[in-house]
Amino acid sequence: MAATLSTATGTAPNSRPMDLTRKRRWRSVFSRGMDVVVGLVTLAALVPLVSVLYMVVSRGAGNFRWSMLWQLPPAAGMDGGGFGNALVGTLILVSIGTAVSVPGGVLTAIFLTEYSLGSKSARTIRFCAKILSGLPSILAGVFIFGVLVATTRTFSVLAGGLALGILMLPIIILATEEALLRVPRFLREASLALGANPTQTVLNVTLPAAGSTIITGVMLAVARAAGETAPIIFTALFTSYWIRSLHEPTASMAVLIYNFSNVPYDNMVNMAWTASFVLIVVVLVTNIVSHFVANRSK
Amino acid sequence: MSFKTFTTAMDEPTPTLQTGKVVPSSGVSSPSPTPDKSARLNAPTVIDINNVDFYYSASKALHGIHFPIKEKLVTAFIGPSGCGKSTLLRCLNRMNDLIDGARIGAGSIKISGVDIYDPSVDVIELRKRVGMVFQKSNPFPKTVYENVVYGLRLQGVRDKARLDETVERSLRGAALWEEVRDRLHTSALGLSGGQQQRLCIARAIAVEPEIILMDEPCSALDPIATVKVEELIHRLKQDYTIVIVTHNMQQAGRCSDVTAFFYMGRLIEIDATGKIFTNPSQKQTEDYISGRFG
Amino acid sequence: MPNPTSNVPYSNGPASEQISNIRQTLLMMASLANRNLALAMRALVDRDEKLAASVEAEDSQLDELEVTIDELVINHMATHAPVATDCRFMLVASKISSNLERIADQATAIARRSIELNKEPLLKPLIDIPRMAEIAEGMLRDGITALIDRRPELAQEIIRRDKEVDAINKQLARELTSFMLEDPSTITRAMNLTIVARCLERVADHCKNIAEEVYYLYQAVDIRHDRTA
Repeated sequence: MAATLSTATGTAPNSRPMDLTRKRRWRSVFSRGMDVVVGLVTLAALVPLVSVLYMVVSRGAGNFRWSMLWQLPPAAGMDGGGFGNALVGTLILVSIGTAVSVPGGVLTAIFLTEYSLGSKSARTIRFCAKILSGLPSILAGVFIFGVLVATTRTFSVLAGGLALGILMLPIIILATEEALLRVPRFLREASLALGANPTQTVLNVTLPAAGSTIITGVMLAVARAAGETAPIIFTALFTSYWIRSLHEPTASMAVLIYNFSNVPYDNMVNMAWTASFVLIVVVLVTNIVSHFVANRSK
Repeated sequence: MSFKTFTTAMDEPTPTLQTGKVVPSSGVSSPSPTPDKSARLNAPTVIDINNVDFYYSASKALHGIHFPIKEKLVTAFIGPSGCGKSTLLRCLNRMNDLIDGARIGAGSIKISGVDIYDPSVDVIELRKRVGMVFQKSNPFPKTVYENVVYGLRLQGVRDKARLDETVERSLRGAALWEEVRDRLHTSALGLSGGQQQRLCIARAIAVEPEIILMDEPCSALDPIATVKVEELIHRLKQDYTIVIVTHNMQQAGRCSDVTAFFYMGRLIEIDATGKIFTNPSQKQTEDYISGRFG
Repeated sequence: MPNPTSNVPYSNGPASEQISNIRQTLLMMASLANRNLALAMRALVDRDEKLAASVEAEDSQLDELEVTIDELVINHMATHAPVATDCRFMLVASKISSNLERIADQATAIARRSIELNKEPLLKPLIDIPRMAEIAEGMLRDGITALIDRRPELAQEIIRRDKEVDAINKQLARELTSFMLEDPSTITRAMNLTIVARCLERVADHCKNIAEEVYYLYQAVDIRHDRTA
């Protein structure tokens, strides 16, 4: 069916009727082809994610028992047991890392955007943060090992938390800086025009406006830190007991998975899979919670 | 009013008509055909702009600007894009300080006798006395209530009664109270564009400035919202000195008492609005307001 | 250096205020014109010289009002760019004020003639002239009523009355001419009376114009020069 529009007078310059039918052109074939290619590539990109999830869930979820959350790891050859101390350990290590990196990171980002935008020191700091974000995580562990563990002659939770903090810091700086830069300039101007000094503007307007994005950045950093293994090996080591103090080694999920996956005991290998499953669930829950928090504050 | 009331005036001594004043006779309500605002055009000067040159880094944006702004009148700056009117406006509350390289090269701006670019002047104080409303309404992503009291909270006011009273007074002053009184604690971003702009005006008057600067306040608003804001300006000028920048000449004609025409960083003409629009003395001005500019 | 130099005292109020200002001034002018006309006629009929002199003195007020109205009109048009009824009102206000000013001028002329006529005894009892004046005054009153009460339908009836006045004027002119032919000593008085009659005929014309303007204001149709509505 040709959809044609004829013009009223035959003397108009374009007096032949407009033909609006879809034509088979090279352009539309090419467009269709690209649609297909994009779809395939998307599927290909999803494959690793889906397969990892599938593997972890299928091998780990089946063995999950709630009791695992509060039991200590089994000794070699034993049945049962759990990874309660590892879970607690990971949570504490990440909390220490957050406590160390968030204040410093947010304040640094505020300094970069509000007080010294464009200056040489700002550029230098930003450059350093970017380099630090690419730091191999094991080096963070080695650094804290040299600074804290060797000097105090003990592996400790504190050291582990500090190592994680080093890894989280650049992420938080860069994410917060981006969030602050996204706050529209006219909001700041409105605040200043009402007689606020820059500090009041940052505290009352800019930070709240950027708040949800900052929280997202923090959650990203947390997710990364929760999965780190190498730096913790050098700093918090491992233990089969509950945490007693911050100056002693602790178990953590990542290290437990590492330790238990290479041994010939089935029970422990299965536990490693289950621990992986639980770790993924914890990270997922953290992300969901952070989404809610971020959106609620809008 | 029927014509009979006029005819009864026939038997009485005629009202004598001096220019500017009409003495009413009974039965005739007195119109004042010449509203005696000539006194207002001789009002005291609030802002003294003296031979001001202004630079953005190396380029000169304003050349030798020299004129006074009078108390409790609406002064409009008109002119084509890039003529410097917004620049001059932002000089009046030193918002240009936020831009790197922006500086006054010569001359001074005095508000109530004090040179506002003097190093001893506290910019924060200045901005409390000289408020600003921006082109695009910019309410904070907070509640309506928090937006209005923001300025007061900055000054440390905590007393709830005082804050409540200020909110009501400011919102009434901005002709917004009736529309938002039931949603004071909902997000300001949920208001319509015109309401948001009036909220920004309420926010500005909450700190009780002497002078209100408006940078194209209606350019982002639909016609009805524009009418409301213009009516608001008519009311506000009884209490505040207002300076408006507008690229809409008709708005300058409707709202302002004094109009200043700028071109390429220079002041071409400034006069009472009625005079500028009926008989400007510079040809450039006439060309601009007739729409004959390039 | 440019400075606010203008002496134009009209500062800027909202449009409605300016329009109502013009309206009030126009109505005041109408009442003054009506008053002057009535006083001039009374001065003529009562042969009252003091009254006649006062009419002449009052005329300058109306002249000033006409200037004032035009200034207000141009000011409003330039600053508020009125449209539709408001725009027509500006045009109509200016024209009506001009007509009113001329009516007042005619009243002054009548007053002057009455001073001249007082120097001699009455030529004949005044019947036709007062009748013309009555019709003309009625036309003016009704025209202003039509303006205030928004009743353009009155206009056509007012326009018809103008013909009556014209008829009386013609008839009176013939009568006075025959007086002059019969008795040359009456020429001065007859001429003055003719002039008075012509003044009143002109007043009626101006009132007709006012009625036409009012019709145009409310109906947006121009019925001048015998165009039909």
